[in-house]
Amino acid sequence: MKEVICTCCPQGCHLQVDEANDYKVTGNGCPNGIAYGKEELTHPTRIITSTVRAEGCLHSRCPVKTSKPVPKGQMAEVVAALDSVVLHAPIHVGDVVLTDVCGTGADIVTCRDMA
Amino acid sequence: MVDLVIIGGGPAGLAAACKAWESGLRDILILERDKELGGILNQCIHNGFGLHRFGEQLTGPEYAGRFIAMLKNTGVKVQLDTMVLEVTPDKKVHCVSKEYGYQIIEAKSIVLGMGCRERTRGAIGTPGTRPAGVYTAGAAQRYVNMEGYLVGKRVLILGSGDIGLIMARRMTLEGAKVLACVEVMPYSGGLTRNIVQCLNDFDIPLYLSHTIVDIQGKNRVEKAIVAEIGPDRKPIPGTEMEFDVDTILLSVGLIPENELTKQAGIEMDLRTKGAIVYENMETSIPGVFACGNVVQVHDLVDFVSGESELAGAAAANYVQNGPVAEGRVLTVKPGADLGYTLPQRIRLEGVEKSTNVSFRVRRICGKSTILVKSGDTVIARFKRDRLAPGEMEHIALPRVLLDRAPVDEVTIEIEEA
Amino acid sequence: MYDIAIIGCGVIGAAAAYALSRYDNKVVILEAENDVADCTTKANSAILHAGYDPAPGTRMARLNVRGVALAKEICAKLDVSYKQCGSLVLALDEKELPHLQHLFENGTANGVPDMKILSREETLAMEPNLSEKVCGALWAPSAAIVNPWEYALAMTEVAVRNGVELRRNCKVTDANAIEGGYRLTVPGGTVETRCVINAAGIWADKVHCMVEPANFHIIPTRGEYYLLDKSEGTRVSHVIFQCPNELGKGVLVAPTVHGNLIVGPNAEPVEGNDTSCTSSGLEFVKATAQRSVPSINFGESIRSFAGVRANLDVDDFIIGEEPEAPGWIDLAGMKSPGLSAAPAVAEEAVAILKERGVLGTEKADYKDGRRHIRFKELSAEEKAALVKEQPAYGRVICRCETITEGEILAALHSEVPANTIDGVKRRAGAGMGRCQGGFCGPRVLELISRELGIDPLDILQDKNGSNVLVSETKVGGKSNG
Repeated sequence: MKEVICTCCPQGCHLQVDEANDYKVTGNGCPNGIAYGKEELTHPTRIITSTVRAEGCLHSRCPVKTSKPVPKGQMAEVVAALDSVVLHAPIHVGDVVLTDVCGTGADIVTCRDMA
Repeated sequence: MVDLVIIGGGPAGLAAACKAWESGLRDILILERDKELGGILNQCIHNGFGLHRFGEQLTGPEYAGRFIAMLKNTGVKVQLDTMVLEVTPDKKVHCVSKEYGYQIIEAKSIVLGMGCRERTRGAIGTPGTRPAGVYTAGAAQRYVNMEGYLVGKRVLILGSGDIGLIMARRMTLEGAKVLACVEVMPYSGGLTRNIVQCLNDFDIPLYLSHTIVDIQGKNRVEKAIVAEIGPDRKPIPGTEMEFDVDTILLSVGLIPENELTKQAGIEMDLRTKGAIVYENMETSIPGVFACGNVVQVHDLVDFVSGESELAGAAAANYVQNGPVAEGRVLTVKPGADLGYTLPQRIRLEGVEKSTNVSFRVRRICGKSTILVKSGDTVIARFKRDRLAPGEMEHIALPRVLLDRAPVDEVTIEIEEA
Repeated sequence: MYDIAIIGCGVIGAAAAYALSRYDNKVVILEAENDVADCTTKANSAILHAGYDPAPGTRMARLNVRGVALAKEICAKLDVSYKQCGSLVLALDEKELPHLQHLFENGTANGVPDMKILSREETLAMEPNLSEKVCGALWAPSAAIVNPWEYALAMTEVAVRNGVELRRNCKVTDANAIEGGYRLTVPGGTVETRCVINAAGIWADKVHCMVEPANFHIIPTRGEYYLLDKSEGTRVSHVIFQCPNELGKGVLVAPTVHGNLIVGPNAEPVEGNDTSCTSSGLEFVKATAQRSVPSINFGESIRSFAGVRANLDVDDFIIGEEPEAPGWIDLAGMKSPGLSAAPAVAEEAVAILKERGVLGTEKADYKDGRRHIRFKELSAEEKAALVKEQPAYGRVICRCETITEGEILAALHSEVPANTIDGVKRRAGAGMGRCQGGFCGPRVLELISRELGIDPLDILQDKNGSNVLVSETKVGGKSNG
């Protein structure tokens, strides 16, 4: 039995996940907790947000994120892949910066317009 | 004469402007001190915004971008890089900018959306030397997310407010070592999600009931001494821990930025440190409204947007139809376990079906009933599984129940099961 | 060879430089820190004392009273924030009333003008927030509040404009007598000068020992303070002192020229320039101040800080030529009322140099005076006109204190230019307010970088080594740009 704090919403339910019993979840306040509890123990994922270098823009960095959650264990690797990326104005929200970053199947997309 | 002047182009101002336009107002001006709209959301690049509003997890810039896109479809005018210096009780707005010079703009209505600022080391009186390397989490956030600079390599975070937690993760992902997060209270001030994803994910310890008792270092921070706090709120001798750090980030609370409000002579609430407002976010000066973090510090921007839309619609209504009718006014008071309530006053004539009341508790409560009392009569009850100071609570009070209040005062209390 | 080298650019060195800049002499100021007035002058009570404290007949008594009169003129001429608000010494107990009389007599002997002993009612009428326990007070209308840092800066600026050379980051590490003067060792070389003015503050005894054993010994004494938000700035409208008692002496409550409230100091001997704050020291300051003004809301504190003053083992200022070292003039032990006395102390130095025959003739083209634009103090019409003429005054950088880009540019391009964030803060006021630079810090850093062409990573908060930023992110993309 493992305890997992659900992050689906600010409620923060303390889930009890029974690994021995097909990851049965108790303590959840809503159905989202069931899927979350199992996934958090079997293959936890996170959306990663970071920045990349932006040239000719109002600011010198542009915010970016992964288009979908990526394995938690690959966070550092994904962030490292952004190190040498340089964007140039004009930037549009949703522009794809990197495709299939680190083989995760997720793209890196920009989070804002910037000129 | 402008129909509506909105001070601040952050989430509050943007939502108020869009809603006022939607409500039929056509002469609206936003005054924004920065070079772009979006306010503090522009530096909040993490995700988690918009779950309530858009049903998806957006980053701060994306959330702001949605509203900026909406605004572009309106005729709302915007002056960027413009600082408001004064608001007079007769609704003249003094402002200054490089481009437009010194202006005095007369307004039929005003929405105050100036947001909040961070508490500093001076406000908490941390002893020790005064080297470089002590920053508010928000200042460090601006440097790293917008300008591309790290303020330190080895970091201690004081306070477990959301910005501090978010910065623990940001600094770590950018290559800094975050040694610990230290919180003076016995519980965290931040959202659970952030404790999990920003501290636990990176094995950053959270020391509850601890504080920094000494900062050492001549020119740049060299060491921070942390000690446990006893029940008397004083450090317990012998519990000191030494951290070799070059940076201390402070996340020790936010204060509504109300210099303009006070100067205008608007009645203030010492609890929220914001204006006292009626059910439609109107302040003690008719036609002047306040919304977002300038009136109460929120934890979720979604609720800022909602509150600001209320203010925007009310401003439009004020210009189009005049003031809310006089009538019975209920005063809303926080009971013993509440830090404050908002609004502080409800004009029954201003409530159509129901009115929202938000508040924060002062301690963590388990399964509880929120009691709305007037005199000795309980006029409404709401059940909650858990209440925490870090999470703003909302209840909707129906007009029919408010009409039944025997006295002109309503108190909100917590009854823990 | 210089005629005069001034060691230290605190308020004493600055006042000496200002006084000497009138004369046709080659003068250099050697300042160890990276900015002027970076030690005692930077962190003190910001008070010009009326002059009833020092024992009659001492240098302190004479120079204090003369100094405050000169300060009033200088602050007006050099546009330094100054307000003659007067001071009250409270008797909080019947037993303290005789001490008021004692101070009154002292002051009368020292030539302090217009003092008066007030009754309890008169005192409370002037300051309604004082403790109920107050039994009377000594009123001295000639006491004033000042911005001490700006005072020193303004005098330095005028001196520099008139040909005095200022070297910052120029610590004197040795001094040797040579033919007709002294050779001072400084970073990267030496400075030769006919005369030396030792205005080295808390280090003055050590500097003196470079040429001759000193017969005085400085005891650096730390004082801790609270600075409170402007919301507390009208808690009192005069400088409020207490009579000395077993709890110590000197904890004052006073308005500042910026509209804040200052509370402090305690007094604790320390090693060198140790400006750390302690919880016990701050607690003492708080408790003692509340004896005078119980209603002070310390929740409105925006900063606590400490300064070190140059206390002395002798009960007077050290002013004069070292008998064994001709041309070596000490202006040392400038404990309280050193700030008050500064321009009078400088007059003493000028007199000594004149007697030695070092002083040149007065410059015919001397350019005195100074103007400091404070945007927020202007009327709406004046603001409009200024912004129209110079648009940089239309961009507000520091929101708490309403400091504009124009004021910051002025600080970055003045005769004694700022080159650090705190240097800008001290000159222009950006970052002095309730958010303590949280908002404007990054913006000021950007302006310094742009105007002075300094890499952001090299920009300092204050002293050398106090870099604000440690590295850039996404360095992999740097060459790809």
